[in-house]
Amino acid sequence: MMELKEIQRLEGHTDKVWSLAWNPTTGHAGIPLVFASCSGDKTVRIWEQNLSSGLWACTAVLDETHTRTVRSCAWSPSGKLLATASFDATTAIWENVGGDFECVSTLEGHENEVKCVSWNAAGTLLATCSRDKSVWIWEVLPGNEFECVSVLQGHSQDVKMVKWHPTEDILFSCSYDNSVKVWADEGDSDDWQCVQTLGEPNNGHTSTVWALSFNVSGDKMVTCSDDLTLKVWETESVGTQSGGGFAPWTHLCTLSGYHDRTIFSVHWSREGIFASGAADNAIRLFVDDNESQVGGPLYKLLLKKEKAHDMDINSVQWSPGEKPVLASASDDGTIKVWELTSY
Amino acid sequence: MVSELINANPIIYEKKERRPRTAPSAPHDEYAVELIDQQEVFDHIRDIKDPEHPYSLEELKVITEEAVEVDDQRNYVRVMFTPTVEHCSMATVIGLCLRVKLMRSLPSRYKVDIRVAPGSHATEAAVNKQLNDKERVAAALENSNLLNMVDDCLAPSYD
Repeated sequence: MMELKEIQRLEGHTDKVWSLAWNPTTGHAGIPLVFASCSGDKTVRIWEQNLSSGLWACTAVLDETHTRTVRSCAWSPSGKLLATASFDATTAIWENVGGDFECVSTLEGHENEVKCVSWNAAGTLLATCSRDKSVWIWEVLPGNEFECVSVLQGHSQDVKMVKWHPTEDILFSCSYDNSVKVWADEGDSDDWQCVQTLGEPNNGHTSTVWALSFNVSGDKMVTCSDDLTLKVWETESVGTQSGGGFAPWTHLCTLSGYHDRTIFSVHWSREGIFASGAADNAIRLFVDDNESQVGGPLYKLLLKKEKAHDMDINSVQWSPGEKPVLASASDDGTIKVWELTSY
Repeated sequence: MVSELINANPIIYEKKERRPRTAPSAPHDEYAVELIDQQEVFDHIRDIKDPEHPYSLEELKVITEEAVEVDDQRNYVRVMFTPTVEHCSMATVIGLCLRVKLMRSLPSRYKVDIRVAPGSHATEAAVNKQLNDKERVAAALENSNLLNMVDDCLAPSYD
């Protein structure tokens, strides 16, 4: 039997914690695990694990830059830069200089709230999205310069999340318009186009799509929604097909009946377990169902953690470290660190 | 700018009699958790002022006690409100007022859904979706113009 054991409850934020992100370069080779969290209190906090005690402590507070809620944050693949997206319509880029975080760039352009920011696998491109319905792609230039190379219009409403594919330069966005859009640079000249829309006609969601996450090989994707379902999608080949062109994504299965309020977050671990966090204060873990009959569900519930927080759960993220450690962020102002153990 | 009222001549209804909270029948225990019921939730929101008229939401029958649903066991509250006209552009402001008042009045364990009564608004689904998207609500409450408008409507309800 598996159990999600609470390791620590982290206090410090004075408002809703909206999102958290693990530094991908930590948790290996003696480097302690680090993650960032962001909040309605307009700050970002950096948390680091103490290697001897195993406990987390806040090592930095990034404040006095954003003037409104900081909605999401993302580390560059090198772990040196942290991007933060805010309701103040800007995205800030922070550089870690010996443990001190300095705001080295501010990306302006969106008309209103920036909801999410994501780095591509190489760390050469950044994507942002906003309530202004657009998705912007920025090229990372030397000297902490960022140049907007494309403004993608396609969603008819508020864009909730952007996420780059884990290996390819293909961008995914999900929206209040109930759809997920796939964007690719087909001409290799910053000619970004929407190559696919996953909406209701393709067995897509029937309400706001809040988040998405990929499996480790990047051929499957899970999405979660205000329609109280999780959906798994697959593609035949990642990247460009042999004959050129884009391999479309298709609906694989829908998981319903597990959460009874909006599902805000989903994250797939390297070990193949995906976690979901929702407004019902619960965390659910799902795994491949090896014994699934033909036509039956392909994923099964591994574990449910009711009352994981006192209020809505906004973000669940697996750590990059060796142990299966999950962090969750909530409207109750706390972050919890959990370890998945068997008993 | 000439501001025209969306509903220039609303019908005013009589206020419901205010009932005192019923005393617990058992010997008084000051540590007992007091159940939250329909009447209590209604008392929190009945005096909210309409955004464009000097009347309360109760007087305009935008809300009634019957339109409040409470499940204390499940920490759940749902309020159905009825805009005075079905194309009312103030519906989202009224909904925001209801949400903010309940956010400030109820224990944080409560989940609250605010909806327009079925058939009472031309863009019912859109209004409901916006009022129940907590990210949109959070962003709206950081907008000082909107927050001032909400606070003006809520002021009488704190008496």
